[in-house]
Parts: sequence; C-alpha cells; structure tokens
Amino acid sequence: MVLVFAESVNGTFKKAAFEAVTYGYQTAEVLGVACEAIVLGKAEDAGVLGKYGAAKVHQVADDSLNQLDGQVYAAVIAAAVEQLGAKVVILSHTSTGKSILGRLAARLNAGSVPAANAVPTNEGGVFAVRKPVYSGKAFANIAISSDIKLVSVTGNSIPPVEVAGEVAVSALDIAVPASRITVKEVSRMEGVTPLPEAELVVSAGRGMKGPENWGIIEALAEELGATTACSRPVSDVGWRPHHEHVGQTGIAIRPNLYIAAGISGAIQHLAGVNSSKTIVVINKDPEAPFFKAADYGVVGDLFDVVPRLTEAIRKHKQG
Amino acid sequence: MKLLVCVSKTPETTTKITFNGDQTALDTSGVQYIMNPYDEWYALVRALELKEALGAGTVTIINVGPAANDPVIRKGLAIGADEAVRIDKDGGSSLDVAQQIAAYAKENSFDMVFFGKETIDYNGSEVGAMTAELLDVPFVSFATKLEVEGNTATITRDIEGGEETLEVATPFALSAAKGLAEQRIPNMRGIMMAKRKPLNVVAAVETTNHTQVLSYDLPAEKSAVKLVDPEDMDELVRLLSEEAKVI
Ligand SMILES: Cc1cc2nc3c(=O)[nH]c(=O)nc-3n(C[C@H](O)[C@H](O)[C@H](O)COP(=O)(O)OP(=O)(O)OC[C@H]3O[C@@H](n4cnc5c(N)ncnc54)[C@H](O)[C@@H]3O)c2cc1C
Ligand SMILES: Nc1ncnc2c1ncn2[C@@H]1O[C@H](COP(=O)(O)O)[C@@H](O)[C@H]1O
Repeated sequence: MVLVFAESVNGTFKKAAFEAVTYGYQTAEVLGVACEAIVLGKAEDAGVLGKYGAAKVHQVADDSLNQLDGQVYAAVIAAAVEQLGAKVVILSHTSTGKSILGRLAARLNAGSVPAANAVPTNEGGVFAVRKPVYSGKAFANIAISSDIKLVSVTGNSIPPVEVAGEVAVSALDIAVPASRITVKEVSRMEGVTPLPEAELVVSAGRGMKGPENWGIIEALAEELGATTACSRPVSDVGWRPHHEHVGQTGIAIRPNLYIAAGISGAIQHLAGVNSSKTIVVINKDPEAPFFKAADYGVVGDLFDVVPRLTEAIRKHKQG
Repeated sequence: MKLLVCVSKTPETTTKITFNGDQTALDTSGVQYIMNPYDEWYALVRALELKEALGAGTVTIINVGPAANDPVIRKGLAIGADEAVRIDKDGGSSLDVAQQIAAYAKENSFDMVFFGKETIDYNGSEVGAMTAELLDVPFVSFATKLEVEGNTATITRDIEGGEETLEVATPFALSAAKGLAEQRIPNMRGIMMAKRKPLNVVAAVETTNHTQVLSYDLPAEKSAVKLVDPEDMDELVRLLSEEAKVI
C-alpha cells in the first residue's frame, strides 16, 4: 500500500496535499496497489482527499499535532506505516516534509528520494524515481531497494487530478510522544500565496535602481494575482525582504509563469527558477544571459515595459 | 559548549554540469569544488560566533568523504574551527552519511550539531533530520536566528508561508538558512594557523545503502527565446494566454 502524508496548515489543506495524493495515487497504479492518506492534527473535511485517489483517509486527531515538530510527526507516521503495513510513503517536499522525510528514513531504515518531479517507475521490479540535481542543471534517476520506500514530491510538478469522490475518515489510534520544542510565536503572511506554492511570480532585480520603484512590480503582481520575488543582491541590501529571494541560496521555485524584470540571469539566480514552465524576461540589455533561459523576451526599459504589461493584462481580463 | 558543524563539498556554483559516457557519474574533469555555501557561510560562522560570545567551548567540523576533501576541510579550519574530523568514506547515500556522523557524535557528545539547509549538488535537505533521528535529539530546520542562554536556545526558523520562533534545550541539531550569520573570508593568519590544527581521519562504520543512482540526464535544450516588441505588450499577453496557456 502507498501511504500519503497530506499536510494541512491550521486544519486546511494546501495544494501540496492534493498534489501529493495525486502522486501517491499514480504511484499506487504503477505498483498495482492501493493508495491511502494520513492526516495529523485537526483537518476540516479530510474526506476530500478521496477525490484525488485516497481509498481511505486515516486521521490522528491529537491536538498536540496542530503544531509541527518533525520528531513527533515522524514518530507518529512511522507507527502508522507499521500499523497499516505501508510499503511506500509519499510526502510533499515542503519545509514541513523536509523536516520529516529524513527522520522517517532513519527511523524505518528505509531508502528515500527527496524532491521527486515524476511518478516512479517499476520496470523489472526496480523502483526508480527521478529528481532534479545540481540545482536544476540535471536530473538523476535513483533506485530505492529497501523494503519500505520514501519519496517526497516537489510542488507544482504533478497537477492534482480528481479521480473519485470523497471517502470516510477513520481515526487512527497512535500514542503521540511529547514534543521537546516549545513554540513561542508563529507568523504567517496573510492574503498572499507563499512563493513555493505560487503559480505566477513577478520578480525584479538590481535594474530597479532602488526600493522606492517597486510600485510598478507590485501593481503588475496584483493585476496578475502573482507573488513577488527578487534577486539576491536586492534582498542583501534590504530593498526587499529576505523571504522574496529566489535562487541557489534562496528559495527554488517552479511556477507556471516567472516574469523577471531587471535581472541579469546569473547562473545562481537561474538555479532557483529554471524549472518554471514559462519564463518572461524584461531587460534593456539584449546580451543579458537571462534571455538564453527565457521563453519570451522583451528588450526594453522596464520602467516603460512593466506598466505597459500591467495595462495589457487589465485589458485582457476585461475581455 | 561543544559544537559540531557538518560540512560537505560541492561543485562550485557556476560549474557546467556534464556526465561521463554512460551517464552514471559526474564528469569531474575541470570541476572546482567548494564548501557547501550554507555550511560555510551560515552554520560554521554562527557556531564560531557562539563560541566567541561564550568565551569558551570548541567548534569541530566534520566531513564524510575521501582524502580529496581535505582542502575544503582546511578552509573550515582557516575560517576558525578548532579541529576537524574526516570520516574516511567515498560515496554513499544520505542515510549512510547520517549514520557516519551520528556514530561519531554519539561517542563524543556535542551540545549542538549544525547542518546547512541543503547541499547545492544533491539538494536533498535530508542529512540533518536523519542524523537528529539517529541521535534522538530535536532538529530545527531552516534556522535564520539563533540565540543561546545557558542550555536553552531561542531559534527563529522558516516554516510554510512564514516563520516561527521556538525554544529548545541542548542537545539538539539545526540546519542553517540564509540570515543566520554573515559570510567570513579567511585571513592570512587563519590560513597559517589552519595548517597546525588537527584534522583527524576516522574509519567509517558499517552501513547499508538503500539507494543507487541509475543514471543522470540533462534537461532538454530550451528553444530560442521569442522576442516581443516592447511597444506591444498586448502581443505578449496574447502569447502567454493562447500559446503558453499560463494566464
Ligand atoms: C555562491 C553564490 C550564490 C548566489 N546565490 C544567488 C541566489 O540565490 N539568487 C540570486 O539572485 N543571485 C545569487 N547570487 C548572485 C548572482 O551571481 C548575481 O550577482 C545576481 O543574481 C545578480 O542580481 P541582478 O540580476 O538583480 O543584478 P545585476 O546582475 O546587476 O543585473 C541587473 C540587470 O538589470 C538590467 N537593467 C538595468 N536597468 C534596467 C532597466 N531600466 N530596464 C531593464 N533592465 C535593466 C541590466 O541590464 C542587468 O541585466 C549568488 C552568487 C554566488 C557567488
Ligand atoms: N558528506 C557529508 N559530510 C558532512 N556533512 C554532510 C555531508 N553531506 C551533507 N552534510 C550535511 O548535511 C546538510 C544537508 O545535506 P543534504 O541532505 O545532502 O542536502 C549539509 O548542508 C551538510 O551540513
């Protein structure tokens, strides 16, 4: 059986959870086995996971699980794996998933592949998973040979697909160990989609000249319903907050659309964005390296082009 | 306070990635190696700052790898680590590496074990959590702030869509993200002193491998960029909507 850990934040599922269940369902089909899901803590209408292919949904509804502690989560998931007899465990490659995957691997003495971007194959009984390596510059095909196999799936690589209806949720009886960390404060951005989940991203770099000019980028992002990002020097000097920094030392993203204005396209920047489905580059220098990685390019002054693009999108939306 | 910093070696960030004939290993000819930036810039430097603030303690760096890694390890000593350990093993999975580090850390009990957020070659983000599980200690991933008082640490870390501040008692492990410290460049004196600091080579413990790379491949070549007239953004919107179908 394939068991998917479906992440929720404050009791609500994010897209990553539906992607993970879809990935688990497709993996189960390859293996010819069933797909089930597990939820930890409170989760409103967990039965919805059935739509994406979970034949059963298990819930450990202990209140202490509403706060993430990788050590506690891994202990509970490992117990569920043993109790339910799961052979493949799927997680999302999010910051939550990353703090659990390694622990599960150590606990279950199982092989793991983090950040998979394609459904596993099982040719000749060899379970193999594809993942990007060298910051997106290449891919590796990795075989897992242990009895229990662990995989985490990268966001935006497998679109959620509805295949069935809702299912009943059954309570799973597992003792929850005490946490050894004390959470003092949690702050989450309200109203904006966090970068790792964003489908549309508008990003800008040093070509903006200064933080006071970001209004045109925010206006474009708002018109599109996109999340804003930036290059590293821009966050280093404090023009933009650190959490917007994408690239090798920042966040790696793979949105459907990445618009880059006034960013040269250094290899360390590309490392974080080169898996985006469509890349638009706006730069006044036709020799900017970013054009080589772009699908669409606009050679021009961003201070003219960006407001014009915002206007064109407004017109498009009005039909 | 005994601090252990786990450091890995990765190809320099601008390296052009190519593979050998049967696509099973990186073609290492001409590849320059560096210490993984997260390990060097953030984990190691924050550990050194803590030791300096306390005026006591030791910072040990540890690497699991072959003798060819020694220059990278020496750089860690030049930046300021007191001693280095290399567990003599070439290759192996993340779990292998974690088992090696955990075996050493168990024997030498450390108050804190530092990791980088991820290595920039394999991008796994696994070894820290694995080692913490093997040591049965809490693991705080993606730390951006770390303050220590007595044996309690206050840590701010990145979580899904925001950040979290928490308290944890030693011993624990953490992984360092951008913001935890500022990069330090080794000076001449550090480089000279590094030559006299101990780099102990330790034999590997027995482990089993559960994963194996079957092959590598490169992404399909991007087709040439389609240039759009800067005066005609309606055309760009049309392409994004009708051709790329992303808006
Ligand atoms: C180990 C390492 C890790 C790194 N990690 C990252 C990372 O994670 N993310 C990252 O982004 N960088 C990273 N860098 C830095 C990277 O190498 C580049 O220095 C950086 O990405 C450049 O940022 P930029 O494109 O905003 O600025 P620049 O390179 O200065 O480019 C500015 C661009 O704006 C254009 N421009 C200027 N004015 C206008 C205008 N009016 N209209 C249109 N275009 C204009 C210019 O033609 C130019 O192409 C890293 C570097 C190292 C060594
Ligand atoms: N061979 C190694 N030796 C020592 N530490 C390592 C090694 N590989 C990984 N690490 C540590 O584990 C962190 C996460 O690595 P990874 O799980 O490969 O992304 C790195 O930033 C290092 O701190």
